[in-house]
Amino acid sequence: MALTLDYSFLTPDVVRNNIVPGLIYSLELTFVAMAIGVFIGTLVALMRLSSVKAFQRFATVYVDALRSIPLLMVILWFYLLIPPGFYAAIAGQFGLDHRAEFSAVITFSIFEAAYYSEIMRAGIQSVSRGQVNAGYAMGMTYAQCMKLIVLPQAFRNMLPVLLTQTIVLFQDTSLVYAIGAYDFLKGFLTVGQIYNRPAEMLLPAAASYFILCFGLSMLVRRLQAKIQIIR
Amino acid sequence: MSDWIPALKASAEVMCKSTTDETVYSTCFAGKGDLTYLQWLLHAWGWTLLVALIALVIALVIGLGIGVMRTLPNKAAALFGEAWTELFRNVPILVQLLIWHDVIPQMIPALKSVPDLVLACVGLGLFTSARIGQQVKAGINTLPRGQRYAGLAMGLTLAQTYRFVLLPVALRVVLPTLTSESMNIIKNSSVAYAINITEMIFFATQAGEETSMHITMYLAVTVLYFISAFTINRLAAGVEKRSRLPGSAH
Repeated sequence: MALTLDYSFLTPDVVRNNIVPGLIYSLELTFVAMAIGVFIGTLVALMRLSSVKAFQRFATVYVDALRSIPLLMVILWFYLLIPPGFYAAIAGQFGLDHRAEFSAVITFSIFEAAYYSEIMRAGIQSVSRGQVNAGYAMGMTYAQCMKLIVLPQAFRNMLPVLLTQTIVLFQDTSLVYAIGAYDFLKGFLTVGQIYNRPAEMLLPAAASYFILCFGLSMLVRRLQAKIQIIR
Repeated sequence: MSDWIPALKASAEVMCKSTTDETVYSTCFAGKGDLTYLQWLLHAWGWTLLVALIALVIALVIGLGIGVMRTLPNKAAALFGEAWTELFRNVPILVQLLIWHDVIPQMIPALKSVPDLVLACVGLGLFTSARIGQQVKAGINTLPRGQRYAGLAMGLTLAQTYRFVLLPVALRVVLPTLTSESMNIIKNSSVAYAINITEMIFFATQAGEETSMHITMYLAVTVLYFISAFTINRLAAGVEKRSRLPGSAH
């Protein structure tokens, strides 16, 4: 089949019904995975930097293991191992009907935590040791020191990197292709199937990802410039 | 706990089974004309490493060029380098590979007979070249600007200044990040399964389906990914050690 580059079938209705739901899912997946990933990632980073040997070891294994295998493999593992009863328990029939979508949310949260934790570790280490000691000297507990002194600064110092990683995460959500979840890319591919134009639909898909990711990375760059001035 | 022994036995047996009939080979290696799952797995590992290796070579060559271009005084060259980087960095690798496979051969009919392997390597290589270009540029920019001026003031041409003054140091600065880039390329080569490359993810899903022993197949592939990542890590550490600037303690 030749490439016609005729996109007249791509009406606003088609976009609204097939592609927008995919985009919404991809964004939901990105934000949930970012929120949970940063939370778990921060805990893992604190474990890695703690003086308790067992915590250190756990954090190291967690990060190194997830970083040595491809995301696709992790997606397949979680999809295979999470029993259907789990989806039923959290979302009933809706959960059972959207197993791939739910499984991807769990996978990405846990997988991205490994990457976020390395960023947070660098962020925590960027706060000088003297500040922590000053906190202790004032009678603060470890938790207070982290919560009031170290983590706010670590977050701010690392914000551009965290956001850049999130843009990568958004691109990586396209890999849910492997388990058939209905994401942004799947939206385009579905339209391609319906109108028998599978190859043509890849170009608007690429253009959309490009515009979104390029635009967001420009914003991150501006933010970075701003933060640098403050410091 | 007692379930483990039969499960392990079944796993071992399925790996030694023929992929075409029910024969189980005691050596786990079939003779001519047949293949056990273990052999198929090893082939798939080979494909993963092959795609990653060719793509890495492409990425290094082009990435070096792009990185240098982005630091050149020539505005047009720098702009081209920027555009290249943004283009390949902001589209997901899966979408890029699908375009290489489904769209490009239709646009350029001369490419219709190009095998999928080549398309996968080129696609993955160009994707990675943008990241390597980024690091090469950063490496060159960490050098004091005086080095460039000193080279030019001594009468070296711009090309000679890059060749003899800037790049020997910049590339050593970049080397550690290339270690992680080589690991990334092995992981990213998994996406090539989407364009019919029979690498390890392809094996895991296909063999899992055929034998209904998903866990066994996934485990085997995961272990091989670990081994690959570990080996690359050691190799890269060795290269890094040998290419250190003489006299630098780093």
